[in-house]
Amino acid sequence: MPQRPTTQTILDGIDPDLLAHAVSRRDALSHLGRGAAGAALATAPVALGVMARSAFGRSRMPGQVVDVLNFALTLEYLEAEFYATGLDAGGLVPASDRPVIMQIAKHEAAHVALLKGALGGEAVAKPTFDFTAGGAFADVFANYATFMALAQGFEDTGVRAYKGQAGNLIGDGATLTTALQIHSVEARHAAQVRRMRGQKGWITNASTDVAALQAVYAGEGTTSQGGVNTAAFTSASAASEAFDEPLGMDDVLAIAGMFIQT
Amino acid sequence: MTTPRTPDDPELAFLDRLAHAASRRQFLQWAGITLGVAAIGCGSDDMGTGPTPETDVMLGSGDVGILNYAYALEQLEAAFYVKAVMQPYAGMPAAELAILTDIRDHEITHREFLKAALGTAAIRDLDVDFTGIDFTSRASVLGAARVFEDLGVAAYNGAGRLIQDAGYLLLAGKIVSVEARHASAIRDLLNPGSADFAGDDVVTASSGLDRALVPADVLPSAGAYVTDSIDASQLPTA
Repeated sequence: MPQRPTTQTILDGIDPDLLAHAVSRRDALSHLGRGAAGAALATAPVALGVMARSAFGRSRMPGQVVDVLNFALTLEYLEAEFYATGLDAGGLVPASDRPVIMQIAKHEAAHVALLKGALGGEAVAKPTFDFTAGGAFADVFANYATFMALAQGFEDTGVRAYKGQAGNLIGDGATLTTALQIHSVEARHAAQVRRMRGQKGWITNASTDVAALQAVYAGEGTTSQGGVNTAAFTSASAASEAFDEPLGMDDVLAIAGMFIQT
Repeated sequence: MTTPRTPDDPELAFLDRLAHAASRRQFLQWAGITLGVAAIGCGSDDMGTGPTPETDVMLGSGDVGILNYAYALEQLEAAFYVKAVMQPYAGMPAAELAILTDIRDHEITHREFLKAALGTAAIRDLDVDFTGIDFTSRASVLGAARVFEDLGVAAYNGAGRLIQDAGYLLLAGKIVSVEARHASAIRDLLNPGSADFAGDDVVTASSGLDRALVPADVLPSAGAYVTDSIDASQLPTA
């Protein structure tokens, strides 16, 4: 399989082939001199990068894992540039909010670096973004309310996106763990941004105060989990809040694609 | 201090449902109330009779073991928030009560969901011990909440790779992000407007990664709040 050209972005097409051979990352980790399980987890980001380039004598990870990581990288590129641009926009982020926005921006930039490191030569290029979405959000970097509405949308989408890919990482424990460790950080971001906007930190039913973001919350109202009617335990609204729902790659890219110039 | 409730109080009905969902002794410990004949009010703890020696709680192996592990943590969290909301620290703002009440309901939902999912494989109701928490102190209550939520996030993050069934992994994924939302909100209540919602003490600055802990590193912390001895020896480790 030839290496993905670095000018290609994830929207140019996701490789449908190369379903991962059932390679065992446990073996890989043992070859890396894994110590106590706790230590292995602490060094998972390093292990991830090393394995990307040397696992099993091959120069690349299984295609499915590459696609998941490039999908994640695309979203992290988006968020990182969004927050960096916002912080640079004079008069946009109030001084009192800068500690929060800077912390979020720091994490997104770190996620980009982490995923690029793991993917090496197989990392997709950063797309060209248009955070106005073709003019739908023309004042995104001039109007703080617009900026924060989109921030909420990006964070809640990010949570759903990572969640939707977890199943594709079964069998690759290190990558799965790293994805989960990013996923929960995005959820911390989401809760904070939501609360700064006067919303609850959690998602109630499929509701949103921003009509343009409705697609981000489709399906969030479900209360049936694993065949169990969770609404019966306390209330339907609490049950809807208690579980965040995944979103598939296509649905996420449909949302993210609004902000990517083709 | 809140006034005694009347029998048609909706929260009383909720507490009554709790009482039927758990053993009576556990309910008394969790709710921290004294069940009277005519009225129920928030009062001092009634821990019931002294504990009787019980066998270890066996979490089990495989996915059942991991689900029981999660169920144990959710039992702990639910019991804590039930008590925190039932005995709110003096002057608790309405906004904080609303947040803690929401979280309580989420944790109860998680607990009952896992119990239902586990069926006959579910561990018993745990004996919780919150004597180390001062429920009259905002700092103590929110500090404990932060510990529980961060621990829950780290536990789910570390357990994901140990789950074999994709359906269970997804369900764990649906829960962990909500725990992270909880953690974020609690941390922001403790230090509003700061970076603490996802502070460098819990999210590694260089990588942007939240913690992930193996069960062996979670259970000692959780065990401080549980009098039962939890046997995790059969849990998957890789």
